[in-house]
Amino acid sequence: MSSGTILSGAEIIIKALRDQGVDTIFGYPGGAVLPIYDALFKQNHIKHILVRHEQAAVHAAEGYARSSGKVGVVLVTSGPGATNAVTGLVDALMDSIPIVCLTGQVPTHLIGNDAFQECDTTGITRPATKHNYLVKDVNNLARTVHEAFYVAKSGRPGPVVIDIPKDVQFADGVYRTPGESMPKSYRPQVKPDLNKVEEAVELLANAKKPIFYVGGGVINSGPVASQLLTQLVRMTGYPCTTTLMGLGAFPAHDQQWLGMLGMHGTYEANLAMHGCDLMVCVGARFDDRVTGKVSEFSPNSKKIHIDIDPSNINKNIRVDLPIVGDAAYVLEDMIRIWKARNKRADQAALKVWWDQINFWRARECLRYEKTDRVIKPQFALERLRAAIAPREDVFISTEVGQHQMWAAQFLPFNKPNRWLTSGGLGTMGYGLPAAIGAQIANPGALCIDVAGEASIQMNIQEMSTALQYRLPVKVFILNNQWMGMVRQWQELLHGSRYSESYSEALPDFVKLADAFGGVGLRATKVSEVDDVIREMIETPRAVIVDMCVDSKENCFPMIPGGKAHNEMLLGPEDRVSEATPEEGMVLV
Amino acid sequence: MTTQDTIRRHTIAVLVDNEPGVLARVIGLFSGRGYNIESLTVAEVDSNESLSRINIVTSGTPMIIEQIKVQLDRLVPVHRVKDLTLEGPFIDREMALVKVAGSGEKRVEALRIADIFKARVVDATITSFVFEITGTGEDLDRFIDLMRQLGLVDVSRTGAVALSRGTAAF
Repeated sequence: MSSGTILSGAEIIIKALRDQGVDTIFGYPGGAVLPIYDALFKQNHIKHILVRHEQAAVHAAEGYARSSGKVGVVLVTSGPGATNAVTGLVDALMDSIPIVCLTGQVPTHLIGNDAFQECDTTGITRPATKHNYLVKDVNNLARTVHEAFYVAKSGRPGPVVIDIPKDVQFADGVYRTPGESMPKSYRPQVKPDLNKVEEAVELLANAKKPIFYVGGGVINSGPVASQLLTQLVRMTGYPCTTTLMGLGAFPAHDQQWLGMLGMHGTYEANLAMHGCDLMVCVGARFDDRVTGKVSEFSPNSKKIHIDIDPSNINKNIRVDLPIVGDAAYVLEDMIRIWKARNKRADQAALKVWWDQINFWRARECLRYEKTDRVIKPQFALERLRAAIAPREDVFISTEVGQHQMWAAQFLPFNKPNRWLTSGGLGTMGYGLPAAIGAQIANPGALCIDVAGEASIQMNIQEMSTALQYRLPVKVFILNNQWMGMVRQWQELLHGSRYSESYSEALPDFVKLADAFGGVGLRATKVSEVDDVIREMIETPRAVIVDMCVDSKENCFPMIPGGKAHNEMLLGPEDRVSEATPEEGMVLV
Repeated sequence: MTTQDTIRRHTIAVLVDNEPGVLARVIGLFSGRGYNIESLTVAEVDSNESLSRINIVTSGTPMIIEQIKVQLDRLVPVHRVKDLTLEGPFIDREMALVKVAGSGEKRVEALRIADIFKARVVDATITSFVFEITGTGEDLDRFIDLMRQLGLVDVSRTGAVALSRGTAAF
């Protein structure tokens, strides 16, 4: 079939998806997408994964996209199908994940009549997407699908919605192949201004106390960007910290890595950010979880900001040298110019800087109480780390809360695309569908959702999906019987008034796994932890682990809201209440 | 107060694809991110290419104005964003229809002031006039303020349209 062929709208969609290289879509049928499901039924090239809730369809597509580098594709019906998908779309928008979401719509002549399962999908999703379309003419359908893929994956990636009325799916129209027309107005800048890169190399070579501050943009740019970043960091010998989204962009086992920075980042990373004289931000966006109190953020440094999205520059923090471009191109140019000019770091200054950093490192900020009395959540993750260490093919997703921060602190990410977490939106219920998406993109890999007992209940229905497709995903619940992060903030900032944060009437997670047709395992004693982890990994089916951990443990280090990087709490002995200003309490 | 915190008014022109929802994207961007709109005008300016021009008068600190421009430029159907206030001299004009009701000396005075401002009478009854006036926003403000004392009953304003001076295209 070539360009110009006449097909039905539904067939055009399937053909366009195939021409875009799509082999998997995540969806849920309904009245307004029946023609597309009929076209799916008549072909064998695209596999459809039936989720149990449309929100999970988008999260699964995100997990698929993040772990494979491809665009995630979603298909849902009109009305509630579309509104249920909105949380996933905003999640993808905040974390810059390429998603194309097809939504059914009532027939064109009924739009605006409050028809059954009608909603203003393009109106609702306008601020939830990078871009969206309503296709009213079947002859525009193929072009729109191709354009949607281009918009979703180019520049700063993001979700794109295509709303397709049912009559357009039935109507016959002309098929167009990809590349015949692209949006005239949308041309993201990927190659940097070389003068600025040269200026950056000079700043880099003259720095006394430099640091690389690396975010998810390096991962979004593709694996080459992570390799180039690693090369540049090693060439200079400078320290490197990553954001929550950037974990894996630089190998965690490297001595030059200071760990994650930010609210629950390491002492050495945050103090190095505070004390540096040159900050090289690559693909991060000075998010409030990273900066803490903006007016006291890294007060004495020159700041270079490399970002593909010009709107990230000077949004929260004023920088000295902005470079707009794709991280891979910019890093490649920096390495080339550094070599061509025979640059070398100031070794004496660098030695003093590393001595200072190693002094901070010696505080061992991630230390926790070792005990046989109760399973500490950090201990459970350390044992998980040991168990997965020999494997190359481990993908970790998380829900949102304390367990997420502990996973970020204690699990090792040496490669990009192995860490799937909801960073910007902070969506509880993200981890299980994301693990399902990652497992589908990476059959045979070990996909683990590190979860909390509260978060996991937000999308627990996806266990059915895992069982239907025989996906051996592992749900590793750190069960402390509390919405732990809520409780931690109530303890530190609201006088220990634990309003509605106790998880009462919890299900028996072992029986629950069994009810879904999976395997449930439980550890209540320290001595059982290793056996349960081993059995979880060896079981070739979906597993829920109920890891019953210390219900009182809090996540440290922590920079309380409204505080600066050098005002960290290192453990329960550091009290915050009296010191937290009012303006800090109102921050989230 | 440093120049970094000084709030200044800017006139920004945006060239967009004339397609459904494009105005909603622009307005949604302003409301969603808490930016200010003082006035906004939009109309198709090139029917062959199907392009519309949006003129926005907004105010903010230099950092906010910069954000507004890059955020606008990020929208897929936006072709170009031009900050007329920063990019050299420009002309801005606005039109208003101003209805004044009254009789006797006030009616005569309204007509006299309209003449000074070069406003045209576009509707008249025994007890009312509708004036059409074109000028800068400030001109219109002054005219409307004077009419307030002479029986102003209704006003309709277009918001500013603007163009750079000289030979340069958009």
